[in-house]
Amino acid sequence: MLTPDKITSTVCPFCGVGCTLELHIKDNTIYRVTSPHGSPVNHGNLCVKGRFGYDFLYSPRRVTKPLIRKEKQLPGKRTAAASLNEWREASWDEALDLVADRLTEIYQKSGSDAMGMFSCAKATNEENYLMQKIYRALFRTNNVDHCTRLCHAGSVVALQMAVGSSAMSNPAADVQFNDVFIVTGSNTTETHPIISLQMKAAIEKNGAKLIVVDPRRIEMVNYATLFLQQKPGTDVPLFSAMAHVILKEKLYNRQFIDERTEGFDEFAASMEKFTPEYAESISGVDRQLIIQAARMYAGAKNAAIYWALGIPEHTHGVENAMSLIHLAFLTGQIGRTGTGLNPLRGQNNVQGASDSGAMPWHYPGYQVVDNEENAARWEGIWNVEAGGLNRKRGLTNTEIVGAIGPGGILSMYIMGENPVMSEPNANHTRHQFEQLEFYAAQDLFINETHQYADVFLPAAGWAEKDGTFTNTDRLVQRVRRAVDAPGSARPDWMILADVAQRIEARLKRPQSSGWNYSHPGEIIEEMGRGVPDYAGIRYQRLESGGLAVPVPTVDHPGTPVLFEKSFPRGRGMFHPLEYKPPAELPDDEYSFTLTTGRVLEHWHGGTLSSASSLDDLYNQALMELHPQDAARLGFTDGEIARVSSRRGSIEIRVKVVERTSPGVVFIPFFFARAAANILTNDAIDPRAKIPEYKVCAVKVEKPGSSTEDGRLPAYRQRGRY
Amino acid sequence: MPDPDPLLLSPVLDQYKLAGRTSLLPALHAVQSLYGYIPEFAAESIARQLKVPLAEVYGVVTFYSHFRTQSAATRSIQVCKDPACRLDGGIKIPDGIQVEDVPCMGLCDMAPAAAVDGISADWTIDLGLSKRLPLSGRMHKSHIGGDVSILTRNCGKGQVTTLLDYRASGGYTGLENALRLTPPELIAQVKASGLVGRGGAAFPTGVKWESAAAASDSTRYVICNADESEPGTFKDRILLEDDPHHMIEGLIIAGYAIGAQKGYVYIRVEYSEAYQVILHALDEARQAGILGKNILTSGFSFDIEVRQGAGAYVCGEETALFESIEGKRGLPRIKPPFPTTAGLFGKPTVINNVETLCNIPEILREGAQAYSARGTQKSTGTKLFCLSGDVVRPGLYELPFGASLRHLIEDLAGGMANQRGFGAALVGGAAGGFATAAELDTRLSFEDMRSAGIPLGAGVVMVFDETRDLRLILLRLAQFFAEESCGKCFPCQLGTQRQVEILHRVVDGQIDKEDPTRLSEIAQTMTDASICGLGQSAAMAIQSANKRWPQIFTARQDGR
Amino acid sequence: MQEMIELTIDDEVVSVPAGTTIYHAAMEMGVVIPTLCFHEYCSANALCRVCVVEVEGSRVLVPACVAKVSAGMVVHTDTPRVRSARKTILEMLAASVDVSDSADVLRLMQDYNARSDRFPASIRRESDLIDDNPMYVRDYSKCILCWRCVQVCAQDAQYTFAINFTGRGYETHIGTFYDRSLTETTCVFCGQCVAVCPTGALKPRREWLLEEKDHAHTR
Repeated sequence: MLTPDKITSTVCPFCGVGCTLELHIKDNTIYRVTSPHGSPVNHGNLCVKGRFGYDFLYSPRRVTKPLIRKEKQLPGKRTAAASLNEWREASWDEALDLVADRLTEIYQKSGSDAMGMFSCAKATNEENYLMQKIYRALFRTNNVDHCTRLCHAGSVVALQMAVGSSAMSNPAADVQFNDVFIVTGSNTTETHPIISLQMKAAIEKNGAKLIVVDPRRIEMVNYATLFLQQKPGTDVPLFSAMAHVILKEKLYNRQFIDERTEGFDEFAASMEKFTPEYAESISGVDRQLIIQAARMYAGAKNAAIYWALGIPEHTHGVENAMSLIHLAFLTGQIGRTGTGLNPLRGQNNVQGASDSGAMPWHYPGYQVVDNEENAARWEGIWNVEAGGLNRKRGLTNTEIVGAIGPGGILSMYIMGENPVMSEPNANHTRHQFEQLEFYAAQDLFINETHQYADVFLPAAGWAEKDGTFTNTDRLVQRVRRAVDAPGSARPDWMILADVAQRIEARLKRPQSSGWNYSHPGEIIEEMGRGVPDYAGIRYQRLESGGLAVPVPTVDHPGTPVLFEKSFPRGRGMFHPLEYKPPAELPDDEYSFTLTTGRVLEHWHGGTLSSASSLDDLYNQALMELHPQDAARLGFTDGEIARVSSRRGSIEIRVKVVERTSPGVVFIPFFFARAAANILTNDAIDPRAKIPEYKVCAVKVEKPGSSTEDGRLPAYRQRGRY
Repeated sequence: MPDPDPLLLSPVLDQYKLAGRTSLLPALHAVQSLYGYIPEFAAESIARQLKVPLAEVYGVVTFYSHFRTQSAATRSIQVCKDPACRLDGGIKIPDGIQVEDVPCMGLCDMAPAAAVDGISADWTIDLGLSKRLPLSGRMHKSHIGGDVSILTRNCGKGQVTTLLDYRASGGYTGLENALRLTPPELIAQVKASGLVGRGGAAFPTGVKWESAAAASDSTRYVICNADESEPGTFKDRILLEDDPHHMIEGLIIAGYAIGAQKGYVYIRVEYSEAYQVILHALDEARQAGILGKNILTSGFSFDIEVRQGAGAYVCGEETALFESIEGKRGLPRIKPPFPTTAGLFGKPTVINNVETLCNIPEILREGAQAYSARGTQKSTGTKLFCLSGDVVRPGLYELPFGASLRHLIEDLAGGMANQRGFGAALVGGAAGGFATAAELDTRLSFEDMRSAGIPLGAGVVMVFDETRDLRLILLRLAQFFAEESCGKCFPCQLGTQRQVEILHRVVDGQIDKEDPTRLSEIAQTMTDASICGLGQSAAMAIQSANKRWPQIFTARQDGR
Repeated sequence: MQEMIELTIDDEVVSVPAGTTIYHAAMEMGVVIPTLCFHEYCSANALCRVCVVEVEGSRVLVPACVAKVSAGMVVHTDTPRVRSARKTILEMLAASVDVSDSADVLRLMQDYNARSDRFPASIRRESDLIDDNPMYVRDYSKCILCWRCVQVCAQDAQYTFAINFTGRGYETHIGTFYDRSLTETTCVFCGQCVAVCPTGALKPRREWLLEEKDHAHTR
């Protein structure tokens, strides 16, 4: 029996659910993770990542000293350095000076448009705020983004257009009050395991009815009353057909439509053509199921919709999300406990990183950059001369990668993210990174992207620093330092403040934007001066538990349920919809539809999970292939297949399982050796700029002579998949 | 042994798919008859078809001693290891035959008992032949005796009473009379008869029915508890094998009284002959319009399903029995809620013992008043006694309550066998108590036995002559409870085991001076704190012996 | 308005909402009835019977963790009869499994002067430690069969149903389908079971390795 030296309460560093963790520490080492059963979000339950995945902190691959590439890297000739032999250790001063020197030099030579950065949904609110502040206040650019672009951008844009806000309307734990709920584009048991437990309990214990709409037969289907197995990319016709039924059968809530919404008539007219027959012909879902689903949702006392990345990760991601929003508007299933529109956020702090302004079109608090009043507000807070901030909307993630090269983005500073793994069309992404003049990486590990960097700044892990995360249901919670960082690794916020001061000195700015923070609590208070929703956040208030933003004042109790009386934009706005097929559909040569997603054991770009014992549990990506297709192509479980798209080709082991429909294959995207994003399409949604990860055309064939045979881990039978 | 053929499986399992989990035990039985054991792939297939988690299927398979997870090497003979069958060292089995020691098979009157391929056989069979015996040619015929012949009037004739014969003996007139009454009138009759449960607990039957009839849920069940497994009992087996309609009539009347739509008979798997007899009798009843839709044109519809146990004494406990029918491990539930409000599938349920149900047609046939004229003031009617051990004529005896133990043993059963003197009688079964020679004149009624401190239980009277070593008998009883404890509550799970360990020392003459105190601490704890009757009575016989013959727990080897 | 029930616990009258258990009613008035298998966030099954109390009029002792209060009930939580049952249960338990890693059991044994050697020469439930996955180890020789792990794996939390009971009676143990390794079961390694295990039978692998290292040092 080990007796802990101390137990530190903090928040899980993995998905967006925001589970409370209690880290049991002995001799500066975490050896056990528990959660109090009274915890607000997770009621003491954790998933494998939260419970056991923390050991990435102790990975032998962890970098604990600043590193500089031995060989000078030149644009166009930049190489990937996976081996530590290609790096040399440096002092913090040398490394930070090098970063400040080179970034300042490129900025002074080529201007704001040459500067690009990725902030990080894994880092704290304070760190994201600082990162964007550096680029906005010092480099005067809005080329500021993070991986939210790659996940919920479509949802965010749609929600902004329709209601004027972009977060979950209700707490996830509200599922216990649902009578009916729709889960779509979310493999909840694997991506938000704790929310799935609450869903299962709602069904098994309270008799709630579940409607699953998904191309895959996910585990939640076992609990569903209705399962609509759609073809990938057919959300608009399917959900619009539900709206069509609700309209035709007059199942809508007239009072709600009259009092709370606008644009109904035009919208209703656009729904005429979305008959269940039409939707069936496109989505492959039996029209009767669509009609039943519409009646079940509209007829419920309290109904809610939960979705994840299956909805926004399309070239028509905004329309997809809009088609869900319409259902809530039509039936008035929003603004009450047990209802709502609930995009489940993927990362521990993707909500907070967005709130903190790590986005190209918005200052913190979703204040658009091309607005004089907003710019002036932040010029005041950051002590920037009037007119000093850039009013031009910046580039998004995928656009930044695309713009790398002469005349475009010349330098990158990446905190935590791994675009080579997470951006679509990975071969293209690698090519782009080779063109950089300078690249500073800040992380725990030299991930696939950071291998291209000039400088590596070793950061403290989440358990080694203080800060806050904002979870998927907008709860701001304290992250607490439990153990010392190894070697000379430092918290991101300290590194950033240090870098900022060095850059500011080199720029010889007459007035400082203020980088002297003694504690991250001061950073969030500064942010609160410009972001009303965070104005009431104080660290001492978070000692006894989280606060759901908006928290406008220091005595405000927080806002668990949004839109009770009105929407931020006033009335909810209906938008007429048209169906657009995905950018790339299967043809004779590329005859399969590839859809991508996650698995329980891995997370984000795999940087953390593949450095932990999670990787021992699930050590390689497996491609799900329908038994009919497997029989036709002659594949058995565990065999290696070659999968190719127009953009690239990978070898991957096959899992023969009846989860997708025939003609559809699924690949999880965390695994470097068989990276799904070598295949995916970098076509993006025109409004949200989110890439179409969920649909592209591939061919599946026997590899002939396999280059990966013997290099891929051996196939292991697991009971879970 | 050839590998089991998976292709045989799906036609067998098809019929169980629809009902889901409740079909788990029937499906496992079917698989075991197919393959001789439950192969892993078959268990997995059952799990998927019935939508039961894999681990829970395995939990059920390993709970019931009848199910095997590995193929049995050779055919074996099951030999009873309980007291009545081991008095003279049990059966001498020829070499080369696999012997499987099993708990009481309900054949104590023909001790020592054995079974081959699940068909009970007495020791006179040539074990070398061990061939399957046809139903009609049963080798054994129990001795039926007593002062009256009411419940047993059709028993002991060496053949199954057909529907025709049953009706000729007055059968189903009780049902006809019952259907002419309203359910409340019928329940009033049963209450007026003074009938109390014959399974051991002696709870007033009418009160039980009334409570279920008053429950708010209209889906209700009646169950016949035919899981007779108490060492020393065999009365229900004889009633079912010889006169199945008697129980069926009682169960239909019970169903009518409480407004149930369905009845179950839960019968221990060892009673395979009785199982077949009941199935046949139910068919007869259905064809005669006595069972099924619109029974005897009364408008009342009701049917009966028979379920086999799988080797678990604890399933005789009513709530464990429900769990078993529901396809779960046979673990007793916490009470309250009581079965009459939340029983089988959470619905109001009446569960009665076979003998209790057999009394019902008699009450309705002759009226409550005539019925209650027999017996004593507080114990009305007749009682079946299972006599075994050292008496001249072991068998089943029917007596009105109130006769003495001496009358039963000396007058009816012919006294002690082998010209030996009376030593002791274990009354009530493994969960019973000992009567000494001084107690032979005690009247056999619930009230008289209670004041003598000996439970009447289900009517077991196991007689031991003066030469028998009670320590061996006590050890075997202790082992029985340890083997049959379900393991749910700590007092019984741990206490039954500790009791065996100490009784081993008693038998081996290795007694520690603290052992008698330890035994009484265990007894006190099990009796006071166990979840169900099994644990609460698991120390009863041992403590009864301790009280009467304390020296056997302290003496080393010699004397009682 | 919820119906209130008045009862007497240890000579003090207390009023609690109908449906309250004796355990929680006692808690209301500051009387902590000892428990072992009970966990506030798991279904209560009254297995360990350490929480038994005397209720006047009841033939047997009553498990406080599940028994609901009723009007006029008179409860005694700490009588000699109750203490004796608790003590014997703990002594029998200590004779069956290795309780050295269970703070809960050790504390209760101290409270009730229970002796681990009260039942000498007992057959113990022993089994080898199972180290079959990267996340946690299982040492069922420390398992007291409180059921919590099985319950959280099922309807109490996870709906995964990877583990269940095997065998019965004293031989009952926690196991998987046909004793498969955990990675071959539906287990998702959430560790809910590890979190509720009161005895150290389930333990994070990392913690176990650190302990082994400690032991190696002290050896």
